[in-house]
Amino acid sequence: MRLTDEEEAMLAGDMGPHVQWAIDHQIKIGTFFDAADMVPVSQAHMMADPESFGDAGAAFMEDIASGKSKVVIPMITDPRGVDLSYYRPLGQTEEMASLERRFITACETIGIMMTNTCINYQTVMPPVFGDHVAYGDTGVVIYSNSVCGARSNFEGGPSALAAGLTGRTPRYGLHLEQNRTATRRYRVTTQPKELTDWGVLGAVIGRKAGSYWEVPVIAGLDHAPTSDEIKHFGAAMASYGSTPLFHIVGITPEAPTIEAVGGTGLLEEKITAAEIAALRDSFAGHGDQLDVVVLAAPQLSLVEMREAASHCAGRHVKKPLIVCTSPQVYGDATRMGFVGTIEDAGGTVLQGTCFYNQYAREIGEANGWVNLLSNSAKIVNILGGYGYRPALASMQDCIEAAIEGKMA
Amino acid sequence: MTRIFACHTGIGPIVSGEALVAADNFSARYDLDRIKGVFSRPQHLLFGQSYKDKILVLNTAKGGVATAWMLHEMVARGVAPKALILNSANTILAQGAAMANMTLVDRFLDGDITKLIKTGQMITVNPQAGNIQIVSS
Repeated sequence: MRLTDEEEAMLAGDMGPHVQWAIDHQIKIGTFFDAADMVPVSQAHMMADPESFGDAGAAFMEDIASGKSKVVIPMITDPRGVDLSYYRPLGQTEEMASLERRFITACETIGIMMTNTCINYQTVMPPVFGDHVAYGDTGVVIYSNSVCGARSNFEGGPSALAAGLTGRTPRYGLHLEQNRTATRRYRVTTQPKELTDWGVLGAVIGRKAGSYWEVPVIAGLDHAPTSDEIKHFGAAMASYGSTPLFHIVGITPEAPTIEAVGGTGLLEEKITAAEIAALRDSFAGHGDQLDVVVLAAPQLSLVEMREAASHCAGRHVKKPLIVCTSPQVYGDATRMGFVGTIEDAGGTVLQGTCFYNQYAREIGEANGWVNLLSNSAKIVNILGGYGYRPALASMQDCIEAAIEGKMA
Repeated sequence: MTRIFACHTGIGPIVSGEALVAADNFSARYDLDRIKGVFSRPQHLLFGQSYKDKILVLNTAKGGVATAWMLHEMVARGVAPKALILNSANTILAQGAAMANMTLVDRFLDGDITKLIKTGQMITVNPQAGNIQIVSS
């Protein structure tokens, strides 16, 4: 890779051992993907939950924090794995909370802002068109690339940290214009109506595209989605396909036309009603048994919190209802009474976490949760490997199921 | 007879070990019980099988970013695969391998690597040279 004088100095250790680690890590990645050089980034966003980083990751961060290096660009965080104000009732242990505390302390020491959100594009600081960033969380990346027109690869926690320490990232993947043109072309034949429909549509397209290196372009949608709808669409596509970028003709900024994203010569595949139905059927539930209802992944926006509260108003749940939102939304949702309405109905609102990264296996075993219902196409895709039998329904049907105490 | 398959330059040290192969994709978050060291996702073709000290041969990555931390955590506990061989890695697997100093190679010239290697074969992975060798069947 071609390095600037400043980058050579970082590699030589002139800026300390932790910046040296960071640039060395980035050179390994850049070399693997044939990057010619580095590109400056304006923000970094780090995914890190204790189930993922473990004791080894906490010790790694503490070592970074023991030095003099600080992050050199605004750097924020993805949801935590432990809501430190509410973890014992979930069956989380002191050991889990301790790992989380150690990691938070280390992050704060080097100047990371603990936003603890996967909807920073709705709440903190959306990137702008052409903005090069180093974001973690696949839902954040796909939204930022596709809807905002920013430039980011999926940056795992260590690589986002490296970008925070150096202020740059290797120029490969979606930082290069030629990798943003369409490679797969789809036409929607059934219009999605609510959030879960959008998630299912994204899931079907993600599964068909099936690789990080494919870029779907989609036509046939008869209206522009809301921010929450395209949030669920993208998060599901990224989950099922490892897909970091899509274009929707006439809607997303890089695709005013099919020609603009190089999709004219691509064979168009229809997304059929049968494919939509097949994906839904794979998460149809197993009889009436219901153990827990989860609204999360991505964290709920203020608008979603209002909707959840409207379905809860004056009712009472028979089964646990867990709602995950960001700390930024939580404040407004509390002030506006949405959190109180959900809690009055017997629901639990967690802030700064997301259910699937909260030691999902352990909290499931601690509470006897197997049959889980959610409106998130993303979360039902993840939780099968954690010992759950996940099922999918709309937000309204999820909350009705919690109230009735049986599957929707 | 030794067979050699050329691939793109990879990450990590030279390693040898037993292949565990499937025409399926990979995410440490979605697919593994990392405490037991087995594939735990019922739909995965390797469901129930141990990956500890195996050389995993799979198609591509799927899902989220957690694998980048998880490979490091798995290596630290000593319950990890020796190497990952893929038709196509994504950014997260490369980043995770670099963080964990786990061997990773991808982009083979001879076709679908999940069809060219069989479970149980002993193989050597040389990421700097950009090749793998089948040393015994």
